[in-house]
Amino acid sequence: MIRKIGPIVGLGFVLVLLISLFSGLKSYFQEPPGATAEEEYHRHPKELHLASNGPLGHFDRQQLQRGFQVYKEVCAACHGLSLVAFRDLAALGYEEPEIKAIANQWAIEVPSVNPDTGEAATRKAVPSDRIPSPFANDTAARAANNNQLPPDLSLITKAREDGSAYLHSLLTGYSRQPAELLRKFPSVKTPAGLYYNPYFANLNIAMPPPFTSDGQVTYADGTAPTVEQMSTDVSAFLTWTAEPKLENRHRYGLTVLIFLIFATILGYLSYRNIWAEAKRKVRPIGPLDPENMARREDAKDEQGIAG
Amino acid sequence: MSFAWATPYEPKTDLGRWFDDRLPLPRLVHGAVGGGYPVPRNLNYAWNFGVLSGIFLTIQIVTGIVLAMHYYASVEGAFNSVEHIMRDVNAGWVLRYAHANGASFFFIVVYIHIFRGLFYGSYKAPRELIWMLGLVIYLLMMATAFLGYVLPWGQMSYWGAQVITGFFSAFPLVGEPIRVWLLGGFTPDQAALTRFFSLHYLLPFVIAGVVILHIWSLHIPGSSNPTGVDVKTEKDTLPFHPFYTAKDGWFAGLFLTLYCAVLFFAPNALGHADNYIPANPLATPAHIVPEWYFLPFYAILKAFTVDFILPAKLWGVVAMFASILLLFFLSWLDRSPVRSGHYRPVFKRFFWILVVDVFVLGWAGGSTPTALVVAVSQIATAYYFAHFLIILPLISKFERPLPLPSSITASVLHGEKEESAPYGLAKSAPAAAE
Repeated sequence: MIRKIGPIVGLGFVLVLLISLFSGLKSYFQEPPGATAEEEYHRHPKELHLASNGPLGHFDRQQLQRGFQVYKEVCAACHGLSLVAFRDLAALGYEEPEIKAIANQWAIEVPSVNPDTGEAATRKAVPSDRIPSPFANDTAARAANNNQLPPDLSLITKAREDGSAYLHSLLTGYSRQPAELLRKFPSVKTPAGLYYNPYFANLNIAMPPPFTSDGQVTYADGTAPTVEQMSTDVSAFLTWTAEPKLENRHRYGLTVLIFLIFATILGYLSYRNIWAEAKRKVRPIGPLDPENMARREDAKDEQGIAG
Repeated sequence: MSFAWATPYEPKTDLGRWFDDRLPLPRLVHGAVGGGYPVPRNLNYAWNFGVLSGIFLTIQIVTGIVLAMHYYASVEGAFNSVEHIMRDVNAGWVLRYAHANGASFFFIVVYIHIFRGLFYGSYKAPRELIWMLGLVIYLLMMATAFLGYVLPWGQMSYWGAQVITGFFSAFPLVGEPIRVWLLGGFTPDQAALTRFFSLHYLLPFVIAGVVILHIWSLHIPGSSNPTGVDVKTEKDTLPFHPFYTAKDGWFAGLFLTLYCAVLFFAPNALGHADNYIPANPLATPAHIVPEWYFLPFYAILKAFTVDFILPAKLWGVVAMFASILLLFFLSWLDRSPVRSGHYRPVFKRFFWILVVDVFVLGWAGGSTPTALVVAVSQIATAYYFAHFLIILPLISKFERPLPLPSSITASVLHGEKEESAPYGLAKSAPAAAE
C-alpha cells in the first residue's frame, strides 16, 4: 500500500514544484526584476571597536559616562530609555549622591498623583525610578515628530543587526543623496522631512542628524567631543543599556568553561580507563598486530584481491 | 530486559533489599541505564545524542520552571517581564540565555539523533515504534519551541504567531474558524498569549512522558549499532554502566562546553534581532523568519508558488506537514533488510545528498526570497520528497548491499576504522544480505 501510494504522492509534489519552478523562471526571464536603489546604495555598517567587544570584553566606565552624557544632552530630547532605572547608573561608576542628583535634575518629571487632590501630577525622579520618557505616550511622540515614533533606546543595540556598529554608522552616516543615485533612480528622491542615510535600510530616515558639529557636548574628562567620539561613546553606552550584565556574563562564562573543560578531560580519562580492558578483550593488540594482518591478507587472497 | 545475560539487580545492603521488596525503583534504573542493560559494544559517537537530548530536555524544564516564576503572560507586561528577568532577577540572564540557547542545542542534538537513525536504519524492524515515538517527540518539540518563541511578545513572536496560525486558514471552509479557535480571537492577543503560555508549560511534560515510552520501547530489542547486525552473544555487548555511562558522560561534558561557549559568549547569535522590539500589530517586520531550526520547513512552505488545482498556499502547508509525516512511513518505504548505511553503497550516496539538501533548504528558508533563492528552494524541496517517496523505495529494490560481518564482535576484531569498509574483511563468513 504505502509503497504504491508513496511514489504517487512524491511524484505529485515534484510535479507541482516543477510547475512552480518553470513559471517562476518564465516570469523572471520575461520581466527581470530591476535593481532597486536600496540594493545598490545600502551600506553595511562600519567596524566599531569597543572595549566590550569580544569574549573577554569589559566596559570602559569613563566612556559609558561620556555616552550617558551624550544620551542625556542629545538623544533624550526624543528617545526614551524606559528599561533603565537611575539606580542602574551605579554600574557606570556613579556614587549614590551623584545618582540622586542626576535623578533629581532630570529634565522630565515622573508622572504621579497629587496627594491632596488626587489629580494627575508630576514629581522629581528618585534613583528607583526608570528614566522618564520624553513623551507622555506614543501619540504625543508622533505629534511632536512629524508623525514618526522615535524608538526607545534601551535595547536598540540588540534590536538591530550588527548592534553598536550599526548604530555608530547610522549616527555618523548622514550625507547628501548622491547625484548618481538620483540620475539612476529619479523616483527615490529623499522626501521632505526625511534624511538620506546609506546605513538605514530604506536609505531615508526620519531622524534628523543628531550630531551637527564637534563640541556639541562638553566632556568633563577633557576628551575632545568630535562627532566621531560622541557617536562612539553613545554607542558604547547603549551597548551597556541593552546588556547591562555583559561583564558578569563574560566572567561567569570563563569560569564555567574552565570548569567544564577540566571536568570533560577527567571524564575522558576515566572513559579511557574504563574502556581500556573492554577494547583489549576483543582487539588484543590492534589492527597492526601481525596475526590480524595475516588474517586480512588471507581474506584478500580468498576474494582474489591483489596487493 | 532485553537479553538473557543481562545481570539482574542485586541489592547490596539490607536497606536496599528492604526497598527493593517494596518498590523496585533501583531495579528499574539498573535495568534501564545501569549494569543490567547490555548494549552493543561497537556503538560510535553518533549514539551519544539520545542521552544528550535527554540532558537538554532536563535543562529546558529546569530553567523553564524558574523562568515561569518571573515571567508575566500579559500583552502589556510580557516583554518587560523578560527584560526584568534579564536585568533585575538574580542570575536571570543566565536562566533566560540558557533556556533560549538550550532550545537551539536541543534541536541540534535531536537533528543529529534523527539523522543517525536515518543513516543506520533505526526505523527498521523491530524498531519501528521507537522511531515513530521519536517523531511524536519531535513534533511536540516543534510545537513547544514555537509556543515558547511567542512568549516574549517581541516582533518576531507576534508575527511568527500570525504566520504559523495562518497555516490553518489555508484549508478551505474549516481553516479560518480553526485559526480563530486556536488563537481565541482574530489576531494573536491576550487570549492567545495566555493559552500559549499554558501549553508551553504543559507540553514539555508530555514530551517527558513520550520519552519514557521511547526508551521503554528501545529496551525491548535493545540499541541498534553501526553494523546493523543483531546482537547474538554476550560477547557482542557491554553493560550500559559503567561503559556507556562513561562514554556518554565525557561526551556530554564536551557538548555542554560548546553549549556554554555559545550561552556565555554569543547568546544572541542564534536568535533574531527583531525579537528585541516589542510586538507591534501595526508594523510588519521586513522579513519574517522563524528560528533556525524551522528554516528547512519554511523553505518547503514557500516553495509552492503556483495555484495548480489547489491554491499555492495550501500546497505549501500540506507539503510542510507531509515532509514530517512521511517519516512515519519510512519503515515501509525503505524495504532493504540491511540496516546500516555503511553496507549500502547507493543508499549512502543519496543519504549525504539528503543531508546537503536539508542544509540548502535551511539556507533558502532564511534568505530573502529572490528569484534565485525561490528556484533553489523548489529544486531542494522536490529532492526532499523524491528522496523519501521515490528514491528510497527504488534503492531498496535494486541495490546490492555489501556483505555484512557475521557478528558485532567479528566486525570489532578488524578495527573500528575498517568497520565501514567491509570489503576484504569478510573472512568470517559473510552473512550475506539478500
